[in-house]
Amino acid sequence: MSESHSHDLPFWRKYIFSTDHKMIGLQYGLTALCFLLFGFSLMLLMRWELANPETAIPFIGKFLGESFSPMTPDAYNELGAMHGTIMVFLAIVPLVVGAFGNYVVPLQIGAPDMAFPKLNMASYWAYFVGGVVMFASFFIPDGAAKSGWTSYAPLSVLSIGQGQTFWLLGMVFLITSSLLGSINIITTIFQLRAKGLTFMRLPFFVWAQLVTNFLLLLAFPPLEAAGILQLMDRLAHTSFFMPSGLVISGQPLEGYSGGGSVLLWQHLFWFLAHPEVYVLILPAIGIIAEILANNIRKPLWGYYSMVWASIALGFLSFVVWAHHMYLTGMGTAISSFFQATTMIISIPSVIILTCLFISLWGGSIRINTPMLFALAFLPMFGIGGLTGLPLGLSSPDIHLHDTYYVIAHFHYIVAPGTIFAIFAGIYFWFPKVTGRRMNELLGHLHFWPSLFLMNCIFIPMFTQGMMGMSRRLYDGGMQYAHVQGVLNLHGMILYSAIGLAIFQLPFIINLLWSIFKGPKVTSDNPWDATTLEWSTPTPPPHGNFSHEPIVYRGPYEYSVPGASKDFVPQDQEVVK
Amino acid sequence: MDEIPYTIKAREDSGLYNAKLGIWLFLSSEVMLFGALFSTYIILRIGSVDWPLGSSILHVHLGALNTLILISSSITMIMAWVSLKQKKFDTFRLFQGATILLTLVFLGIKLSEYSAKFHHHLYPSHSTFMAIYFTLTGVHALHILGGLVVNSYNLGPGSKMWKTNPEQFTNRIEISGLYWHFVDLVWLFLFPVLYLT
Ligand code: HEM
Ligand SMILES: [Cu+2]
Repeated sequence: MSESHSHDLPFWRKYIFSTDHKMIGLQYGLTALCFLLFGFSLMLLMRWELANPETAIPFIGKFLGESFSPMTPDAYNELGAMHGTIMVFLAIVPLVVGAFGNYVVPLQIGAPDMAFPKLNMASYWAYFVGGVVMFASFFIPDGAAKSGWTSYAPLSVLSIGQGQTFWLLGMVFLITSSLLGSINIITTIFQLRAKGLTFMRLPFFVWAQLVTNFLLLLAFPPLEAAGILQLMDRLAHTSFFMPSGLVISGQPLEGYSGGGSVLLWQHLFWFLAHPEVYVLILPAIGIIAEILANNIRKPLWGYYSMVWASIALGFLSFVVWAHHMYLTGMGTAISSFFQATTMIISIPSVIILTCLFISLWGGSIRINTPMLFALAFLPMFGIGGLTGLPLGLSSPDIHLHDTYYVIAHFHYIVAPGTIFAIFAGIYFWFPKVTGRRMNELLGHLHFWPSLFLMNCIFIPMFTQGMMGMSRRLYDGGMQYAHVQGVLNLHGMILYSAIGLAIFQLPFIINLLWSIFKGPKVTSDNPWDATTLEWSTPTPPPHGNFSHEPIVYRGPYEYSVPGASKDFVPQDQEVVK
Repeated sequence: MDEIPYTIKAREDSGLYNAKLGIWLFLSSEVMLFGALFSTYIILRIGSVDWPLGSSILHVHLGALNTLILISSSITMIMAWVSLKQKKFDTFRLFQGATILLTLVFLGIKLSEYSAKFHHHLYPSHSTFMAIYFTLTGVHALHILGGLVVNSYNLGPGSKMWKTNPEQFTNRIEISGLYWHFVDLVWLFLFPVLYLT
C-alpha cells in the first residue's frame, strides 16, 4: 500500500524536496559528511602552518591563492574560525541530530514519519542555505569570519570585510533549522510512540535525542538573540558589545556610542555553547548504547540510571556556562558558583559512562566494526571528560585556559568520541538503510589506524597545553621561550593528521562500494536486535511499517531465560 | 501505515494534538529568545551611569494606545476561534478581520514612532538605550508581522479548509491564536520596561 505511494512521486519530490524522514535524514547525513571532510581539510592546512610556519604548502599551496603561499596570519584565523564553526554547526550536529535523529527516531518509536513532515523538509533546507552562506563567505573580498568559532566581541564586531556578517547570517539560518528540527523530534517522541511504548521502554537512543532536542530548543534562541545584537553592532553601529573608551592601535574608536559590555556576548554565547557540547555528545552516547546492548547480548546495566542521568545533564547543562569565562574577571563569587555546578554536572556524566562500562561485564561480546568503534568510544570519552575536571576548577584553569590542553580536552570528546560514534552508527544501521552490509575487513582497516592516529594527534596537545602553549597562534608559539621544548610535537601531529586523512579512505571506499555492491542482507534484522527499527521491511518503505507495531517489553531483552533465541524483539508478544 | 496519527484529535496521554504541542514548544523557545534580549536590557542598564528615563524619550501615550490595541486584538482573536467552535463561519471572518485591522493600526503607530525618532536623529547607534529600544521593539514587530501574514492567510486562501476539514481549520486558528497571545504578552512586558521605567 505505502510502496505504491512513494513510487508515484516525481524525482524531485522523492529525492530533493522530500518530506519522508528517511530521505531527509540521508540528505542531512550526506551534506554533513561533506562538511565534515571539508572542515577536516581546513584543519590539515592549519596543521601544516603550525608545523612549518610561513612555509608555502607544497603542491596545493599555489592553488589556494596568495594568502596561502605562505599562509598569512589572517588566513590562519579564517581557517580556525571556520574549522570550528563548520565542524560543530554544519557537520557534527547535523549528523547526530539531523541524520541519525531523523532516520532512526521515528523507526525506533514505531511511527510512520515525523509529526511535521513539511517542517522537517524546511529544516533541512534552512540548514542547507546556512551551509551555502558559510561556504560562500570564503570567496568574498577579505574572506570568511576570522574571530574564532566563539566570535568574541569586540574583535568580531570590528573585523574587516563582510565575513563576520556572513557568519552571523549563516548562523541565523542554522539556528532556525535546529529550532524547526527540535520541535519536530520532540513532538514526534511525545505524540507518535507506538502502542505500549511507554517512556521507560524507549531505547536509550530516543531518550538521548529527547534531551538533546530540548537543549537545542531552549539554548539556541539566546544565541540567535546574540547574533541579532552583533548584527546590529556591525550593521547599525549600535554598541551592545562595544565598551566605552575603546582604543585601537592607539586611536580612540569613532562611530560607536560605547556603553556596551563585551562580557555580555560571552555570557550569551556560552549559555548556548555549553548545552551545545552536550548536543554533541548525548546522541553519540545514545548510538553507542544501542550498539553495545546489541553486541553484549544482555540488557544495558542501569538503564534507569542512564535515563535519569541524561535528564539531569540536560538541566544542569544550563547552569555551567561561565566555566568558560573564569579568566574574564567576572569575580570570585560567580566563579565559585560555576565551579560547584561544573563539579556536579560531572556526576551524571560519570554515571552514564560507568553504566556503559559495567554493561560489558559478563556479556558474551560480539566483535564487529560498529562494536569496535563503540568500545573505543568509552575510554576516549572518558579521557575527554576527566580532563575537563581540572578546567572546571578556576585555579588550574588559570594555567590551562586558552591553551592546547583545552583543545585536546574537547577534541577527545568530539573526535574519537562523537565522530567514532557516528562511524559506529553508520556501520550499524547501514544494512537497514540499504539492505546491504559493509565490508568488515575495510572496517578494521578504518578503525585501528584511526584509533591509533587520533591519539597520536591529541595526546601531544595535552603536553603542549600543560607547557603553556596558547591556542590560536598562527605560528604555533614559535616566539615564546617557554614552549620551545614542545614545538617539535607539531610535526608529529601533522604527520598523524595526514595519516588519519589517508585512513579515512577505506571508509569512503567501503561506503560507496557497499551501497551498490555490498552483500545483500538475508533478514530484516541482521544483527539480531530487539528495537523496533529492525521489524520494518528493508529498506523501510514510505510509512515505515507494514503493520502497526505494538510494543510489549523493554528495549533490551537479550538472553531472556527460557527464550529459544537470545533476543526478544520489543514487538514480540510472548517469549518463546 | 501511512497516516500520521494525532494531526487533529488529541492523544489520550498527552491531551494534545501534534500541532498544539509543537506551538507550545515553539513558544518556549521564544521565551528564551526574548529572555535573552530582556537580560541584555538589564545588563546594559546595570552597567550604565546615565540610563535615561524611557518616558523622557519615548511617546508614552502612543505606547499605551498600542498596548490597548494589542490587548483588543487578542480578544478578537479568541472570538474568532470561539466562532469557529460554534460553527459560525461569518462571525469568524468578522473577528479575524478585526484582528488584522488592529494589527495594521499597531504597526502604523509603531512606524510613526520610529520615523519620529529618526527625524530627531535618534538612531540605534545613538546610545545603548536607543539600541535596545529599536532591537527589542523591532524583533517584536517582526513577530507581529509574522502573525499578520498567518492571520491574513487564514482569512483569505487558507479559509477554504473550512469546507473540507473544519476541525483542522479550527485547530489552526487555535494555534495561531496561541502565538498571537504570546506576542501580545511580550509587548505587555516591553511597554512598561521601555516606556515607563
Ligand atoms: C563532565 C565533563 C566536562 C567538564 C567538567 C568540562 C569542563 C570544561 C571547561 C571548564 C572548559 C573551559 C576551559 C577553558 O576555556 O579554560 C571546557 C571547554 C570545552 N569543553 Fe568541556 N567539559 C566537560 C565535558 C565536555 C563535553 C561532553 C564536551 C562535548 C563536546 C565538551 C566540549 C568542550 C569544548 C568545545 C570546549 C572549548 C570551547 C572553546 O573554548 O572553544 N566538554 N570544558
Ligand atoms: Cu562548558
